[in-house]
Amino acid sequence: MAETAYWEAIRRAHDEEMARDPMVIAMGEDIGVAGGTYKATSGLFDKYGEKRIIDCPISENSYTGIGIGASMVGMRPVIEIMSINFALLALDTIVNAAAKIRYMSGGQIECPIVMRTPGGTAHQLAAQHSARLARMFMSTSGLRVVTPRGPLDAYGMLKSAIRSNDPVVIIEHEQMYNLKEDIPDEEFFRPLEGAEVIREGSDITLIGYNYSVHLCMQAAERLAKDGISAEVVDLRSLKPIDRETIRKSVEKTHKVVVAEEDEAPVGVGSEIITGIMEDCFFALDSQPVRIHAADVPVPYNAKLEKAAIPNADDVYQGALKAMGKI
Amino acid sequence: MSDADKKRLLREMIFYRRFEDRTFEAYMERKIGGFLHLYSGQEAVCTGVLEMANVGKGKENDYVITGYRDHIHAIKTGAAPREVMAELYGKETGSSKGRGGSMHIFDASQNFMGGYALVGQPFPLAAGLAMGCKHKGTNQIAICFLGDGANNQGTFHETMNMAAIWNLPVLFVCENNGYAIGTHIDRSTAQPDQYKRVDTAYNMKSSQHDGMDIDNVMEAAKTAVDYVRNEQKPYFIEFMTYRFRGHSMSDAKGYRTKEEEAEWEKRDPIKIYSKKLIEAGVIKQADIKAWEKEIDDEMENDIIKFAEESPEPKLEELTRYVLDDNPDPRWIGPLQK
Repeated sequence: MAETAYWEAIRRAHDEEMARDPMVIAMGEDIGVAGGTYKATSGLFDKYGEKRIIDCPISENSYTGIGIGASMVGMRPVIEIMSINFALLALDTIVNAAAKIRYMSGGQIECPIVMRTPGGTAHQLAAQHSARLARMFMSTSGLRVVTPRGPLDAYGMLKSAIRSNDPVVIIEHEQMYNLKEDIPDEEFFRPLEGAEVIREGSDITLIGYNYSVHLCMQAAERLAKDGISAEVVDLRSLKPIDRETIRKSVEKTHKVVVAEEDEAPVGVGSEIITGIMEDCFFALDSQPVRIHAADVPVPYNAKLEKAAIPNADDVYQGALKAMGKI
Repeated sequence: MSDADKKRLLREMIFYRRFEDRTFEAYMERKIGGFLHLYSGQEAVCTGVLEMANVGKGKENDYVITGYRDHIHAIKTGAAPREVMAELYGKETGSSKGRGGSMHIFDASQNFMGGYALVGQPFPLAAGLAMGCKHKGTNQIAICFLGDGANNQGTFHETMNMAAIWNLPVLFVCENNGYAIGTHIDRSTAQPDQYKRVDTAYNMKSSQHDGMDIDNVMEAAKTAVDYVRNEQKPYFIEFMTYRFRGHSMSDAKGYRTKEEEAEWEKRDPIKIYSKKLIEAGVIKQADIKAWEKEIDDEMENDIIKFAEESPEPKLEELTRYVLDDNPDPRWIGPLQK
């Protein structure tokens, strides 16, 4: 086991997969000579050269499309899109091409491409660098969408994504790249499907994904001091969603809070709570609670930004509400 | 080129015209749904360019990709006409198993990588196919057919730039038919000569040619195809052509004059090539009549019959082909608890 930062875990997965399979390449802005905005490919340009660590011009839609085209003939490109805000520019090739080519071709052609991008707020990056947008990708048939919460999943899910034959969107988070965790030295894989109970509890279920999992964990610790046993579920995969794990937890605790960093309308929380209504409505003892961002473009001002984005206290308060304590 | 090949090419173009006419009839009979974009008038471009490339040889073919006006490109690349027709009929035997339709013909067995309905989207996909060929060192190239209207998409500029800086073996074939849907090029495009939009801007070799005389097309295409394959660099080739029908079935062609249409119809690629071959003594008028009869027989008794009689996709297979239907549990899971 070695303590590994999130970015190091991604880098290691790239390195191992590129060493194993010459069809694996990486593409993105500043990922090569400059070493990568998040260092996720640092040092790999020198090791694998410019044909496999490809510095792209600032042309998100078309370099993603080029990666998709390459994947159609057997390459395994890993595309880094510097911010999920910029992934909006590549929506045409991601949603209209990568997600649909297998189906439109009657299963003849697959697009085994991985698109990594951080989606979340950091510190005063303002409206055009703070989008989350997981909801946009999770609503698209033909994509897989995963949200590694830490180095273990960041490494293990990227390796799985590279080997999977489907287009996979991996949503990372600017505030998680330096997060550290002990991960095994030997090679391992973490599957792309399946939610995970990362803290067992009996009184209430807190559901999160990506960064909001950490808010749920912090809230759970605080709730424990109040004598409330919270179970925390990391969704891990937003498409498909593991409804079975959610149902089992809600049937155990009978109360639920869903925490997302994005705005609420048509969001992850809406989808998860709808699933709970359909799957285990009668198991609920209280109304489900959604924790989410304010319905505003993310403000620059630090205090306004803080007010717009949910934190661990919001999750804690939400849990108290679901428990009928406030 | 041998007389036999010349005869074959003319017969192919006559077949393509008849194929498109027959899809029009089937559309009017409501046997074909959705949108239908016909290629009539532009046959010399696709036929001539692909004649100079590697097609009809299965997986050794060059990779071909295009927009939604894709039936003929698929067939010339090697797709079976009856499977293309069955696709238009939405049948399980169709080239995309009835999931794609007219605008999304695919035949991976012939490296025909699809028709796409987002104008300009095939530019980057084609460059990616070329990147794959170059990476694997297969000596195959990618050939991307799109209309002049596609060149006002951002993907045009982004892809020309990357194809050039990365020296990708891709041939961009611009079929300039003068109209972006129903808007004349003079009203939609600041530089009507499309080949000029890439030469200095993206430092890419480019040229412009008549697209109605297949001999011209083949001569120009051979230079371009050889350049792309041998130099492992992109090339942008523009052919001036005209579509004889509307943009799609709902198009009344109110944006162009009868006089303009009549002028271009004088330059019908089938008429031009027929006249040449008759004058050269390669064929007689009677040969054309005989082919037309053969083609009609094949169209009705094989192609249409196959499409009509083929089964539709099974409803229980609605969600097949969305993702890998047989995924490896090591990568996909579910997570072991």
